[in-house]
Parts: sequence; structure tokens; C-alpha cells
Amino acid sequence: MPSSHLSHWGLLVTGDPLIYGADASIILASVGIVFVLTYFKKWKWLWKEWLTTVDHKRIGIMYLIAAVLMLFRAGTDALLMRTQLALPNEHFLGPSHYDQIFTTHGTVMIFFMAMPFIFALMNIAVPLQIGARDVAFPYLNAVSFWLFFFGAMLLNISFVIGGSPAAGWTSYAPLAGLHFSPGPGENFYLLALQITGIGSIATGINFLATIFKMRAPGMTLMKMPLFTWSIVATNILIIFAFPALAVALALLLIDRIAGAHFFTIHAGGLPMMYINMFWIWGHPEVYIVILPAFGVFSEVVATFSRKTIFGYKAMVSSLLLISVASYFVWAHHFFTMGGGVSVNSFFAVASMLIGIPTGVKVFNWMFTMYRGRIRMKMPMLWTIAFIPCFVLGGATGMMLAVAPADYQYHNSYFLVAHFHEMLIGGVVFGMFAALYYWWPKMFGFLLDEKWGRWAFWLWNIGFYVCFEPQYALGLMGMQRRMYTYPAGMGWTALNFISTIGAFLMGLGFIFMVWDIVYSIFKGERDLTGDPWDGRTLEWSLPSPAPHYNFAVIPTITDRDQWWTLKEQGRQDTLRPQTEDIKPIHMPKNSAKPFLIGIAFFTAGFGFVFGWYVFGAIALFGVVVLLLARSFEYHSDYHIPVDEVIHTETALGRL
Amino acid sequence: MLYSLSPDQEIIINFLYFCRDGRRAGSIFENRRRLQVAHFWKDERREKGVVAMKAGKVRRRTLTYAGLGAVAAALLTGCGSQFQVLDPAGPVARTELNMIDISIVLLLIVIVPVIGLLIYIVYRYRDKPGNTAPYDPHFADSKVMEFIWWGIPILIVAILGTLTVRTTISLAQPPGNTSSVQPLTIEVTSLDWKWLFQYPNGKFATVNYAEIPVGVPVQFILTSNAPMNSFWVPRLGGQEYTMPGMALRLWLQANQVGDYYGHGANFTGRGFAHTTFHVIAAPMAKFDQWVKHVKSTAPALTPTGYKNLAIPNIVGEMTFSSYPANSFYNTVMNDGGRFMPSTVQEEASLHH
Repeated sequence: MPSSHLSHWGLLVTGDPLIYGADASIILASVGIVFVLTYFKKWKWLWKEWLTTVDHKRIGIMYLIAAVLMLFRAGTDALLMRTQLALPNEHFLGPSHYDQIFTTHGTVMIFFMAMPFIFALMNIAVPLQIGARDVAFPYLNAVSFWLFFFGAMLLNISFVIGGSPAAGWTSYAPLAGLHFSPGPGENFYLLALQITGIGSIATGINFLATIFKMRAPGMTLMKMPLFTWSIVATNILIIFAFPALAVALALLLIDRIAGAHFFTIHAGGLPMMYINMFWIWGHPEVYIVILPAFGVFSEVVATFSRKTIFGYKAMVSSLLLISVASYFVWAHHFFTMGGGVSVNSFFAVASMLIGIPTGVKVFNWMFTMYRGRIRMKMPMLWTIAFIPCFVLGGATGMMLAVAPADYQYHNSYFLVAHFHEMLIGGVVFGMFAALYYWWPKMFGFLLDEKWGRWAFWLWNIGFYVCFEPQYALGLMGMQRRMYTYPAGMGWTALNFISTIGAFLMGLGFIFMVWDIVYSIFKGERDLTGDPWDGRTLEWSLPSPAPHYNFAVIPTITDRDQWWTLKEQGRQDTLRPQTEDIKPIHMPKNSAKPFLIGIAFFTAGFGFVFGWYVFGAIALFGVVVLLLARSFEYHSDYHIPVDEVIHTETALGRL
Repeated sequence: MLYSLSPDQEIIINFLYFCRDGRRAGSIFENRRRLQVAHFWKDERREKGVVAMKAGKVRRRTLTYAGLGAVAAALLTGCGSQFQVLDPAGPVARTELNMIDISIVLLLIVIVPVIGLLIYIVYRYRDKPGNTAPYDPHFADSKVMEFIWWGIPILIVAILGTLTVRTTISLAQPPGNTSSVQPLTIEVTSLDWKWLFQYPNGKFATVNYAEIPVGVPVQFILTSNAPMNSFWVPRLGGQEYTMPGMALRLWLQANQVGDYYGHGANFTGRGFAHTTFHVIAAPMAKFDQWVKHVKSTAPALTPTGYKNLAIPNIVGEMTFSSYPANSFYNTVMNDGGRFMPSTVQEEASLHH
């Protein structure tokens, strides 16, 4: 059914059965949620335990749920796109609709799937790994989450109210400027990302402060687990990169709503400066999402090979080298923009150099497995699948770094295949490995292996079937971001095969969801807290960990402290002794982060449609909430010793 | 029953022993004996498994070579005109394809051992009962291995980097010898959603197609009067962006007669999928004939007509015998050219 004509009835988008279907689903889902909460009388529980929590473990779970939902959302976008591209000259999606879909696919996957996934892992694992009770700024942690959540809501509501952005996830000026993209769509993009970006910067500061200042006594930096090191590198990148994005988005927004000329064609604007600023953020961003995956792989490989990670020092230095080097390669995203010989040469060589520490890590992981005893559990399967995928993707990355060759690859399906190989084969596989790995610690039961394997094989086969043909399509001259293509170019067969692969991955996702549902009812319960025979501190706690994490903060003497203690038969030294327990200082829950999120959402919504007074009032609400927090003197409490003893005894630890 | 290793298995294993034990490693004979004794105590099922693995390895190795051979054949022969990037019709595309081939070869040096090593390691060190492979839970350091896997990639990057820089520099120059062959200049303006080609020498213009003589270096001077697009003719060479307010130069040359597919390669909105054009390469005589034909029969492009080209729509091919004077230069200036004096100077110098 042709959908070339998306129009509006007031704010609501009309003209397409897919949109109406989405409207219906949103309404039904909302009604369903309200009904379930009311029927089971869970409103108070929701408010007390989740909406106002400042506990990093809860916040991590919320990030995780959001990431998985957004994976579904953007994955559906992908299936729609691939359906449209399965055959030439299709009319399933018109150009406007297709453009909106590929834009939201990229935007949601990067900002609202990959970022929350890594924030989830940071929250779930880092404080437990370093022996801390929570992050340095728990209230700010909650603010970060709700800013992310409401930023995601703002962008996601756009396709039924107002229209989605349609200038690509990179949103280049001048296409994304007011003249070429009239309407609210692009404003949704700019405001939603701005809001979530504030949360990201706050998370960066939060976790660096946590890792630098709140490690257990005796845990020097060189005794930290490699996942925590990867988070150090990631957060350094976040702090220095996200401001560039914030500025780029803000200037473009000012162009659009105030008629400025930073990036317009006329009156002195320089569109290419938007592109430079965007990618100064954009390249560190892809390292922001991959470094935590590297951290996860280091943990998983060591644990499931029953062996010390090979070359710890080299792993740390390569993480830091990659972080630093990632700031020097951004122009490889636009070799063809006429930067000139010196510019292209510098960035080409720099981009090749950054591949070296990355490759070193692969060797280190393999030599960790060498002379180990490899257990093929789900986290390890995902890790082993990641290696060939990432090596291939990295190799094509090196090919892309050859600037003269890039003149032929740029913006073709060769590029699309490369970055999907890195993002899916690297980031997504890493996130799945982490999901299976830390799931027992979060929820107290394991995810079923059998259904997990079904999901695993579908995802892997689907990935290769979908994306390897796209390398060939690029070499056949097919450009990206085209809503259709002509017959007779020889592109049809490979596009069709690619679509099959995409649906296989979708099936893999469904199996994963089924795995989760099945395991909730039938999954093996984790009774010891250490289902994988782990090496790091989080496995010394019960699953799920108690509210305050550690009853007594442990003293650390070795890297992989938990493993060392097990080797020496001294695990019990980490059990709390009654006489060592003191009242535990904890932060109180707070409604303000949730309310700040709502205020930002309202302000953003107002500015999208140009309702400036409305938006300003909502921003004033943010200020009021900030002030209220500043004058809040009793934001903490102490857990009495009795309660701690009671909890620890119930967990069988005393 | 003593199980013996193939020579290359032996070499790898001895090398690894050497890496771990250094000079203390046993002689080749001692290591062979150690391995034979270890294998002697396997059970039959395991032996069958290893033999199968070896057969599998041989099969995989054969397949790998076959696969590599196919890939090489495809890359080197171009595998038909459908793989446009692999089927160059001119020196620029040829140079770029050479870089593609070199990079693939250099990267295979890394990829093949890595994947092979992964398969080997995952099979040999599985936590299966009865696995007699050495288990060394604290083996976490080897200066020799570090040297190899930092050193070889650095070497590869040095080679690839040098070649890249040299090629980048050379592609900024005309592809042929411009002292013997007069280069042709074509001014390209990308619009929504069409391509305007202006020939400053002949002062005529075309839309959505261009004709060039075979064997002559052509400099395309690129700009945009709309969001930035990218000018790409895969069989003639790589692309370059068309930037509003700038005039960028792209050298291309066709060495074969043909009709070459071209397309915009940077998203410009709703009509982007239809920003197709083509470049026809004809022998010099035919090209001159075509120019004469255009100048004598085609309608003029009036200032109004020029303005109308900027209306966002999709049109077919058009030919014009003349166009408004200085329209390209004016377009560049209007779109911000005064901020890019160097490129505009170059462009002004082309108006001979």
C-alpha cells in the first residue's frame, strides 16, 4: 500500500496504515499497563521501588529494560527498511516515510539502545566490582536515567505526533536546517538528543568519581577488573566528546528556531562546520559503545577459560591508547568532503594506527583461552562469535581508512556493512554476552542455555546473511539511504538475501525474549551468588545483591581477588563478621529525578512545536526542582546494624 | 598406537613451546616425544575426534584456499560489469582498485591466522573430560608474542599508510599527462534532485548526463545549490562531495568507450534515490560532433530556466546550447563562496 503521502491532522500524523497501527498499539499498551498496575495494586510499589529509586542496581535494570525495548523498536524499523529494499521499485514505503524510518533506526539504536545498554552494565557491575556501596552521586545517577528515558520518549513519540526527523541519524546541515527540513521532525531529534546528552555527561562524571574515589581499600588502579578499566576509558571519552555534540545540536537548534545562520547555505553559514563538530563527538562515540563491550569480553574470556587474562597491562594501555587516539580520526567520516591531501593523509594514517591496539586486544583474548579450560556457556559463545565478526569488520575498517579507496566506498553499502559489523558483531554481541553473564547477579536466576543457543545461532547466521552481501552491494555501486533502487543493476538478488538475514535476526531477538520469559518461570535459580565460578568481587555477593551491596567493605590484596581467595580456599574471609558491621550510610529515594525528566520532556515538546512560553514554564519547573534539591538537607539515612544482620542472616551469609 | 603430527602442526607447537619456555624449551625431538606420549593416553573416541578434526582442518584449509582464490579472481578480473568498483574504466578507478587490492592482501595476513588460531584454540582447549591439553591458569605474559602482534600490525600499517599517502597525493593531480593532452573542464552543480553539467569551454550545458572524450583527463568542478550531495561515477573513479559555497575539483578519466552509471552519494532528502545521472565516454571525433550538434540544435538555458532548475523536482535529461554567463561562479559566491577564497580563486582562473 503506497505511503508516499504522510500528512497531519493537527499534530497527529496520518496517511499510513503503519502509523495507525502504531497509534493503536501505543494506546493499547498504555491501557494495558495501567490496567495491570491497577489490578495487581502495584502503583505504590512502582513508585517506591522503581520511579524514585537511586539504587544503582535498580537503575541499571531500568536502563536494561529500556535498551531492550528500544532494540525492538529500532529493529522493527530495520525490518521495515529491509522489506522495502527486498525488491527493486517497491512501494511499501514511500520516500518520506522511508527517510524517517532510517533516521529513527540509526538514532534510536545509537542513543537509545547502545548507550543505555552500556549505562546498564556500568550501573550493574562497576560498584560491585570495586567494592563500593553505590556510585558517587546516586541522585545524579537517577537524574541521568530519567533524562535518558524522557529523551527517548520525546524522540519516539515523533512518528505519531508531528512527524519524525528524516535527515539521517547524522542530521547533516544544511539538509537538517529549517529550509530543507521544515516541520517539527528535526526539532524532535535535536531536543531529544540534547536532553539525553545531559544525562550522559552526568553519568561520565559520576562513574569517574566513583571509580577514582570509591574503590575498596587495597584496590589500586592496576588491581581493578578490566571491565572497570574499560568504563574508565569510556567515561573519559564521554566527558570530552559529548559537549561537542551538545554544542553542534544547540547551534543547529538555534538556526532552526531563532533563524540564525550557523549552518545555513546563505548569510554566512558554513554547513561543513556542523559535520566537523558532529564527528568530533561521533567518532569517540563509537568507541564509547565498544569499549565496555571489550571490558565484558575480558571478563567473560578469563572466567570461562578459568585463566588469568593475558597481558593485563597491555590491555589497560591499549584501552587508554584507543581512547586518546579516537580523538584524532574524526575526519575519516568525510574523506570525500574535500579536506585536501594533508588532512586526508593525516586522518587516514591515524585511523589505521588506532586499529593496532584494538587488534592487540583480540590476540590477548585468544591467548587467554590458550592453555585454559574453555566452558561453552552463553556468555562465552557470544564472545567467541564476536571475534571473527569483529576481525572482519575491523579489517574492512582498515580498508576504509585507505582514503583513496574510501572515495569508492563512502556512503555505499560497503560502509553500511562495515559499521553494522562493528556495531552488531562488536557492541551488540558484547551486550548480549554481558546480559547472560550478569543476569543471575541482577535477578537471581540464570537464563536458559537451550533457548539461548537458538537465539545465538539465529542472530549469527542472520547477521552474516544480512550484511556480508552488503559489502558486495557496495562494490556494485549501491548507495545507502535510498528508499528504492532500479532493476537491472544486478542488486536485486543480494538485497533479497540480505532481507532474509534481517528477518533471521528478528527471529533471534524473539527467541531471546522467549528465553527471558521462559527463564523467569523455569530458569535455574542462582543459590550461591557465583554461578559461573567467577573471578571478580561481584560474585562474592548473593544474587541479587542486597540493597547496600557489601555489609562490610572488603580489603583487597590481589587482582581477581575472589578467584585468588577461592584458589586458596579462603572465600569465607569475604563473609561479614557480626562485630565488623556498622550502620550503613545510604541515600534516600527521591521523586525529583523523575519529575525533572518530566519537566524536560514537557519543555522539549513545547520547543519542538514552537510553544516557547509553554516550554519556558517547563524549564522553570526544572529550575524549581534543582533549587528544591539544593535545599534538601536530609537526603540520606543510615541502615541500622540490626537490619543489616537480619538481612545477612536471611541470605545465609552470617 | 603413537599418533604423529603433521610437520606444520609440529612447527607451530614447537614455536609455542619456545615462546613459553624460551631457551629452556626442549629440543624438537624431546617435544615430539612429549606430544606423542600425551596422545598415547587418549581414548579412541578422542582420537577419532582429532582425526576428524584434522580431516576437517584439511577440508577447511582447502575451502579457505578455494575461497580465497575465488575472491582473488573476482577482485582481479572484475567479475563482470556488475561489480562496478572492481571493473575500472579509467586510470583513477584503476589506482583506487589497486589500493583496495593491496589493502586486502595486507589484511589477509592478519585475518587468516587470527581466525585459524581461534578455531584451533577453541577446539583444543575445550573443557571436556579427558582433554589432555596443557592447562596453565597463570600463563598471562609473553614478551615474544607481544612483540609479534604489535610489530606485524605496525609494519602493515607503515606499508599501507605510506602507500595511502602517496596515492592520496597522486589523485589530487590530473590522471594523465596534461602537457600533451588538453584536459576538459566540466562544472557540476548538484540540485534537488538533478545534476547540472556546464562546459565552460563550449559554453553549453546538460542535465543528468555528461559526455566526455575517451583518453582525456576531465576535471569536474563540483558545487551544490542545495544540500551537499556527492558526485560518484563508480567505474571512472571515487566520489567527491558537492558543497554549497565551495568549488571542489575531482579528476576523472575514461579510457574505454562506454556509458557509465553515476549517482549522488550523499543523502539530500526525499528525491535522493532519483539523483541518477550517467557519463558517456566517446572517441574524440564523436565527442566533437556531439558538441557541434548541441551548440546548433539545443535550446538556450535562460536565467529563468536556470532558476527553475533549483525547484525541488525530478526531471529527465536535458540539453542546452548556452547558459547564463558566470552562473556557476555566481552560484558558488551566493552560497557562501566568499568564505572560501582559495577555491573560488581557482574557479575564477578557469574562466578562460
